[in-house]
Amino acid sequence: MPMQVYSYIEILPAGAPVNLTAIPVLNYHDFSNQMAGLMHNETVHCVLYYAFPFNNGLKFIAVLADDASGKFLVFSHEPENSTDTLTSLTPQMPALHLFEREIHENFGIGFEHHPWLKPVRFPADRFRKDQGMNDYPFYRIDSEELHEVGVGPIHAGVIEPGHFRFICNGEKVLHLEIQLGYQHRGIEKLFVEAGSTLRRSVLAENIAGDTAVGHAVTHAQLTESLAGITISETLQLERAIALELERIAVHIGDTAALCTDVAYQFGQVVNESLRTTIINTTQLWCGNRFGKGLIRPGGTNYPLSAPVIESMLKTLENTGMRYRDITDNIFTAPSILIRFDGIGSVTRSQALSIGAVGMAARMTGVPRDIRATHPSGHYAEFKYEPVVENSGDVLARAMIRNLEARRSIEMVAEWASLQSSVGSQQSSVGSRQSSVFSRQEAVGSRQNSFVLAVNEGWRGEIAHAAVTGPEGEIIHYKIKDPSFHNWMALALAVRNQEISDFPVCNKSFNLSYCGHDL
Amino acid sequence: MIRSIRILRQHGVQYVPNLRTAELNPLFRGRPVIKGEVPAELATHLAKMCPSEAIEIAPFSIDLGKCVFCRECEFAAPENIRFTNDWHMATNNRENLIVKADHDNPVIPDPDLVRKEIRNLFRRSLKLRQVSAGGDASNEMELNAAGNVNFDMGRYGIEFVASPRHADGVVITGPITENMAEALQICFDATPKPSLVILCGTDAISGGLFQESNAVKRSFLIRHPIDLYVPGNPVHPLTFINGVLDLIGRK
Repeated sequence: MPMQVYSYIEILPAGAPVNLTAIPVLNYHDFSNQMAGLMHNETVHCVLYYAFPFNNGLKFIAVLADDASGKFLVFSHEPENSTDTLTSLTPQMPALHLFEREIHENFGIGFEHHPWLKPVRFPADRFRKDQGMNDYPFYRIDSEELHEVGVGPIHAGVIEPGHFRFICNGEKVLHLEIQLGYQHRGIEKLFVEAGSTLRRSVLAENIAGDTAVGHAVTHAQLTESLAGITISETLQLERAIALELERIAVHIGDTAALCTDVAYQFGQVVNESLRTTIINTTQLWCGNRFGKGLIRPGGTNYPLSAPVIESMLKTLENTGMRYRDITDNIFTAPSILIRFDGIGSVTRSQALSIGAVGMAARMTGVPRDIRATHPSGHYAEFKYEPVVENSGDVLARAMIRNLEARRSIEMVAEWASLQSSVGSQQSSVGSRQSSVFSRQEAVGSRQNSFVLAVNEGWRGEIAHAAVTGPEGEIIHYKIKDPSFHNWMALALAVRNQEISDFPVCNKSFNLSYCGHDL
Repeated sequence: MIRSIRILRQHGVQYVPNLRTAELNPLFRGRPVIKGEVPAELATHLAKMCPSEAIEIAPFSIDLGKCVFCRECEFAAPENIRFTNDWHMATNNRENLIVKADHDNPVIPDPDLVRKEIRNLFRRSLKLRQVSAGGDASNEMELNAAGNVNFDMGRYGIEFVASPRHADGVVITGPITENMAEALQICFDATPKPSLVILCGTDAISGGLFQESNAVKRSFLIRHPIDLYVPGNPVHPLTFINGVLDLIGRK
């Protein structure tokens, strides 16, 4: 094969904005070849691929993560007219299926040879307003032997809505189709219309309530990058602590939920109460159990004070010990292992092919973890070694939670003691850092630029990207929750499984509906 | 075996003994109070700054049905505004959610406005169907927590159930997205009447941050009377449980 010359711009994690004109614009032929050439490498995956209205037309932007170099590779395409039909890249790179569907749904661009341009979320500003959520034709197989099971949008438990349509042969699931969009709130558009950094900061905390800190930190980094602000090491450390506390709380909560789904009530109640201790620590720190209000661009309203650190350290020690005990119980009980082991398996090649990220990649031996490959903030200060499992089943997903929760408890304890020794020397502990600029109406912001921020939330990589106009105003804002990639992994996991195993499979992924629907 | 006994001992007693008098830590962002007259210029600034348009200028007030409890107005005007840790915020009177200057009383349901059949039928047992219609999962998690080992609202006979056919009412979270509007209506129609409607969280009460989104469709609320408004972002389990207890007339 001849040596390829690629044309892209490299962006570092938490890197400075780049001029929009600095992003190479390729014709679709070169764009396609470059995408295929780069993604041929297993260590490169697609973080974002989207379109937005630009100069009376559309602009496509592709962001790939290169895990080997630790950089993001960005390039673009501008279709000559928006009624174009392009050749789909999905047959070659299935990981792009959802990105192409999104572009098709939003702007009507056709993708020839795409296997299934199924609607993504029925957004309010979709191209085809005549197609509605409730008359969506689900995939069907006509057969005397098969039956369908429809679940949702409203589920049995107190969770978010989404529709699952199973095609079953007896108890066995042949196919699961997942239709989302019920949660669509038009949040990306609100980011553009927000008019103030504070409003965007608060919106970011409400993209997905279980990842309030993850999305808020990512938005804050993006905003700081646009404004050219560097934050203190103390603040970076505090953000890392907040991110890891969120991870610990969710992982412990999910451990409880996995116990619920296999009828191990002891594990459920113990883990529920352990999760409470962690979210109450977050509440002690900032007044909200989910960390809403804690993260602000340029500063914080809640510096980590000595008494909070003291309480945090005590809780982490006690909760860590109790979590170790209960998970030792869980992962040695044959009656539980038989419900986890070999259930809902996704293979490594499937995970790679659908572009799985975060836990859904790491469960199959793919070490995708932004903390290790593209670290920013405090994570850039040390080398994080991702927790990886290989079996791709419920057991692997449960085990990753167990091991990551333990690891994060240790990390936060170490960082908090570090912070406590720093904090005690500062007289300002407990008082607000004055640099919070979120209350100002306008923040200095680079003009005609593209800016990117990516972090490893507890589910996987969270990516925010913004484009600014001639006044430095945000003209487009793109949000990607890791769930966007990973819902497909759930659909694959339940194939050929008993339908009764669906709940534990679903819980083992615990994907976000609102993070997907936006 | 020995490990299990150890876990049990460490687990100890987890439930909050008295949910009616439980207190949250001082930083918890609950019901705000407004002190004295807010200068006009400052009031205008605060109203403009508020991310969810919860502040009215004249007379100065904060609408708990719109407030996302970010506390930024207190940071900007510490002389005039203070968020207390009082979780008493649920009420059946929309007007009572509007906090005015020098009002410092818990916000609670007005017994005179409660439909008579509610207290007759649901005082000892209340089964609810939760519908998330654009909720961001934090309210949903707090409602789950209301039934967990710590808060255990089941002790009062209050529970979430799977089927609307078994439910005495619906608890709505989220701003009610257009894509969920029909499902919500179908679910409510399936509950036996009389049936409660509880709006849980700022998004549900007013649309919150999503008031102006064109992806939201709130006409359900025009058609059905609301029995309880529970503010919060997300709602704290204590706010929810106590609000419901007051509504159904439990001590």
